[in-house]
Amino acid sequence: MPINVLMPALSPTMEKGNLAKWTKSVGDKVKAGDVIAEIETDKATMEVEAVDEGTLGKILVPEGTADVAVNTPIAVILSEGEDASAANAPAPAKAETPAQDAKGKESQPPAAPEAPAAEDARKPAEPASAVANPPQPEAAPEPDVPEGTEMVTMTVREALRDAMAEEMRRDDTVFVMGEEVAEYQGAYKVTQGLLQEFGPKRVVDTPITEHGFAGVGVGAALAGLKPIVEFMTFNFAMQAIDQIINSAAKTLYMSGGQMGCPIVFRGPNGAAARVAAQHSQDYSAWYSHIPGLTVVAPYTAADFKGLLKAAIRSPNPVIFLENEILYGQSFPVPKLDDHVVPIGKAKVARPGKDVTIVAWSIGMTYALKAAEELAKKHIYAEVIDLRTLRPMDSETVVESVKKTGRCVVVEEGWQQSGVGAEVSARIMESAFDYLDAPVGRVSGKNVPMPYAANLEKLALPTVEEVVAAARAVCYR
Amino acid sequence: MAIAKKASPIPSASPATNGQGAAPPELGKAVELAAYRQMLLIRRFEEKAGQMYGMGLIGGFCHLYIGQEAVVVGMQMTLKEGDQIITGYRDHGHMLSCGMDPKGVMAELTGRRGGYSKGKGGSMHMFSVEKGFFGGHGIVGAQVSLGTGLAFANHYRGNDNVSLTYFGDGAANQGQVYESFNMAALWKLPVVYLIENNRYAMGTSVNRASAQTDFSKRGLSFNIPGDQVDGMDVRAVKAAGDKAVEWCRSGKGPYILEMMTYRYRGHSMSDPAKYRTREEVEKVRTERDPIEQVRARVIANKWASEDELKKVDAEVRAIVNEAAEFSTNDPEPDVSELYTDIVR
Repeated sequence: MPINVLMPALSPTMEKGNLAKWTKSVGDKVKAGDVIAEIETDKATMEVEAVDEGTLGKILVPEGTADVAVNTPIAVILSEGEDASAANAPAPAKAETPAQDAKGKESQPPAAPEAPAAEDARKPAEPASAVANPPQPEAAPEPDVPEGTEMVTMTVREALRDAMAEEMRRDDTVFVMGEEVAEYQGAYKVTQGLLQEFGPKRVVDTPITEHGFAGVGVGAALAGLKPIVEFMTFNFAMQAIDQIINSAAKTLYMSGGQMGCPIVFRGPNGAAARVAAQHSQDYSAWYSHIPGLTVVAPYTAADFKGLLKAAIRSPNPVIFLENEILYGQSFPVPKLDDHVVPIGKAKVARPGKDVTIVAWSIGMTYALKAAEELAKKHIYAEVIDLRTLRPMDSETVVESVKKTGRCVVVEEGWQQSGVGAEVSARIMESAFDYLDAPVGRVSGKNVPMPYAANLEKLALPTVEEVVAAARAVCYR
Repeated sequence: MAIAKKASPIPSASPATNGQGAAPPELGKAVELAAYRQMLLIRRFEEKAGQMYGMGLIGGFCHLYIGQEAVVVGMQMTLKEGDQIITGYRDHGHMLSCGMDPKGVMAELTGRRGGYSKGKGGSMHMFSVEKGFFGGHGIVGAQVSLGTGLAFANHYRGNDNVSLTYFGDGAANQGQVYESFNMAALWKLPVVYLIENNRYAMGTSVNRASAQTDFSKRGLSFNIPGDQVDGMDVRAVKAAGDKAVEWCRSGKGPYILEMMTYRYRGHSMSDPAKYRTREEVEKVRTERDPIEQVRARVIANKWASEDELKKVDAEVRAIVNEAAEFSTNDPEPDVSELYTDIVR
């Protein structure tokens, strides 16, 4: 029987990839372990090894094909005596689109090392590159952007990289440190190209030592430098949380205003996909509890860029919460020399009149999709992207609730003592008389994140839950 | 569970000096007299702080430095403009030795507006950007990573300044100390790690808490050189400090100095110190006191007369009394200060 070689999933969240190169030709003998092809994901080029022995009988997907869905047959391996004509594989699901020149697009440095095999617990899951069209906010992308500004489409990953590069060009006290930020080009490729441009003095690979390098970063900030400390994920920052809170957040106060700590702690926060309880926690509520910290959690690429630039310029310690699922998603970003978004300002991402939906970061995907669904039922939701969690712009939320009389808060984190609880308390304090229903909360379920796909899905908020909550507060 | 381990040596009359066994080089008249005055200032300041604590003028935790004065005073002589100092919560001696105003330090202890942190930091949290004093940190061991970060900044800027990072034998068992050792050695950061081994981590003696009680060896697996130093002899401290600081300035990376010292008072004001005998304390006091050592040399060498030293004592007392006076009469911070200095 001829054996179909299928497009492999090279990470938990990969749904498609580019077939960059065939390293074997039709007629070549292959044995298990031979590299037969190279596949590009949105952040790495990975080798595909043969699992079966035989002869490469037929290539079904030519090299250079982009966006090949996982599990699509890409080649046929024949056993001895078999003929290529015996292969009766279906045509690939989607092919014939020439591969985009990802290298040019992301200005990938020439010697980007390839990602290792996925067994390493610390190797991050890959972002869902397949989510090509995240829900886009309907309002003007950024109130501060001059009308008529040209917009360019870029991923959140590129926006973050550009923000760091621009600030590093502008201020030579800015440097980035963390695990795999330099030679590896970033565990999630967010720091791609920075080493090549700025050199190893300003793009510093650290050992795996979160507590220690967070403290080193804070010490450097106390001495007047402006470190950007990347945590491979905020899950690992729990080892460093003493330095973040006791040393970074409190020193300005404890020194009577003498000594500040201009530092950015950034990295992916919250659930990725199928990485279970220890790698999926949302720390929004944890950090937003702390006086002295600024906590930012944007959703669009434009906001990621503008707010990271603002965070780097801030004289205060900033917790900059990113999201792995969002890294690969594309949004329009204003083409400006210096796009800075002010910290502490929420934005109306979609205007409406019937119910206010408050969200931030990945929570915005549920909120915007729910608003779309609700509109079909003639319920017009106003979606507010908080963007900054501390200081929280309750004014924008309260103004909206005064108009709609109803509110639902969406978060991936746990409900108890969550940011949603804070938002609803503020609404209760400032707009009680305007409320026509209790504030609804949609959140991650009160469990450690399970691994099984079905349970994981149940543990996260869903668009349906947001729709149901919005209908409940509207009594419709 | 009885674990037989050799007790870490009480600072003895045969000084370990700077690891070479020889008597430390003499400092001469001017330096010894300056050291005498500085150490005495710390001693009298701390005694006064203890007294004021007893009167309820100082609250919370108050960790006195009495007995350890030679360490900071000797190390301060090795520094130059732009060098940084950072330590834990037993920090009054460090602040006074680097030239911070005793009035501002005492007023911080009493929580008054004229304190270095406007009364908002207290005994454990004081800073002086001007004097290169980076705190004053209340979390045991946290200052070790921070001090390594100060050294990182020197390295980044390409200057030849050095970070003096002080911590105790207790903090030396914290994990982040070794994370910091690793990075400092890896990147050749100019940091002198000063382990003030006063033999007790609060109430736990060194040999009850540490598998390796020779702290100068704690950097061995990172190839960080280390010396054990008689921390009761300001001459030995200065000699060892000069060598370590020079090592760092010349770009060779970090250095460890284990200062064999002793605190006469409890861990904090509320510690009755039942874990050691009165005789043990008395023995160090009478045989190894850092101030008495200098005093004896000054008299023996006729660098000053008894009367001249009495005059120094009186001047120091006047400074301390003035600080006490100021810190008692200075008003508490304005209530509006509750909400200032949270963010810039």
